[in-house]
Amino acid sequence: MSAIPPPIGLLAELTHRCPLGCPYCSNPVALEKRAGELDTATWQRVMREAAALGVLQLHLSGGEPAARRDLEEILATAAEEGLYTNLITSGVLLDRARLDALAAAGLNHVQLSIQHAEAEAADRIAHFQGAHARKLALAGQVREAGLALTLNAVLHRGNLDAVAEMIALAEQLGAGRLEIAHTQYHGWALRNRAALMPAPAQVEESRRIVAQARQRLEGRMVIDFVAPDYHATRPKACMGGWGRRFLNVSPSGVVLPCHAAETIPGMRFERVTEHSLSDIWYGSQAFNRFRGTGWMPEPCRSCDRREIDWGGCRCQALALTGDAARTDPVCALSPDHAAVAAAIVEPSGEVLAWRR
Amino acid sequence: MSAVPSLAPQVRLRHDAARGQWVLLAPERVVVLDEIAHAILSRLDGRTGIDEIATALAREYEAPVAEIAADVREALEDLQRKGLVRL
Repeated sequence: MSAIPPPIGLLAELTHRCPLGCPYCSNPVALEKRAGELDTATWQRVMREAAALGVLQLHLSGGEPAARRDLEEILATAAEEGLYTNLITSGVLLDRARLDALAAAGLNHVQLSIQHAEAEAADRIAHFQGAHARKLALAGQVREAGLALTLNAVLHRGNLDAVAEMIALAEQLGAGRLEIAHTQYHGWALRNRAALMPAPAQVEESRRIVAQARQRLEGRMVIDFVAPDYHATRPKACMGGWGRRFLNVSPSGVVLPCHAAETIPGMRFERVTEHSLSDIWYGSQAFNRFRGTGWMPEPCRSCDRREIDWGGCRCQALALTGDAARTDPVCALSPDHAAVAAAIVEPSGEVLAWRR
Repeated sequence: MSAVPSLAPQVRLRHDAARGQWVLLAPERVVVLDEIAHAILSRLDGRTGIDEIATALAREYEAPVAEIAADVREALEDLQRKGLVRL
């Protein structure tokens, strides 16, 4: 077996608290309460351990990370350790003063979510009146503070037809990067799948628009596009492969190979309060369970792409087949692929659960 | 006077001790640098021009200035296209 490489990125989910209620939220359906969150000193220790382990990029996320009053302190420790700091935010809890404090603490990059290009539709999706206008104001302040700006949008049936307008908005706001990612059906998004699943024709049209925009904006704005899983014939290398590049720490300190991994039954995930990040990354059963290719069933085991897609997403295999150790059913070679094909054509429905 | 190159805003050059390499860090990007790229980028200070950098490198590597200058320009232009360097 080849040596285990150190992780490149840490996703720190500081809290599950969030003022928005987006129906595609990838947080677990059972949200962690404030009382269960790690304290400041523990997060600061996690930052030092991550840097020592070889992490280069820190993604401060949630929920809404700005809901933590100690965000500046945690960020400052990370910056002192040389981590490149990314704040993944809804923006609605930030103002100019807080942004300046974060910049002074060493923040490099703000990744600001938008829900749509038009305020009314955006606020409806976010379930928060006035959110869109506040986001637009913040985008300008991020640039004035000298920070890098990414705009990101999660795509679904309710905003996919506005993809061209969202690209134009990112240009207008001066974002250096736009991330447009189709909904991943975990957590709240899986419950609301019938309301979110786009029609195949809509998906095709959006692909065409994104490809054109990429060409037009080359050298000015980077567009990262996450294709829709269910409409694909080969799975994505989820997280770059289980336990290969990323680790995720939940609000209560559970260390996960991806943010949805806790849905997999029969797994034991260690906590930062009981073990070091290094012990968990290299030695824990959970990180080694689906690492590499040894765990793979057919058709993955003998597939030429086994070290390209690493068998796809374990949580998706679980959600659609009931077994996390099967081939990701998004793959057309999977014996379970019919479940994906059926979901694309299932009758569309209403939002069942606004994130709370 | 030659152009004065600099790293783009919020692009960081740092040593990656865990992997024994130098990297450029930018939003959602980690670019691993070879020895030459590192030698060039570690000389960007917002004051030193491309010609001066090439002269210093030519002396250090005992190579013809013209050849080194062309390499330096090409490397910086490539990084400029990727949004990592400003010229």
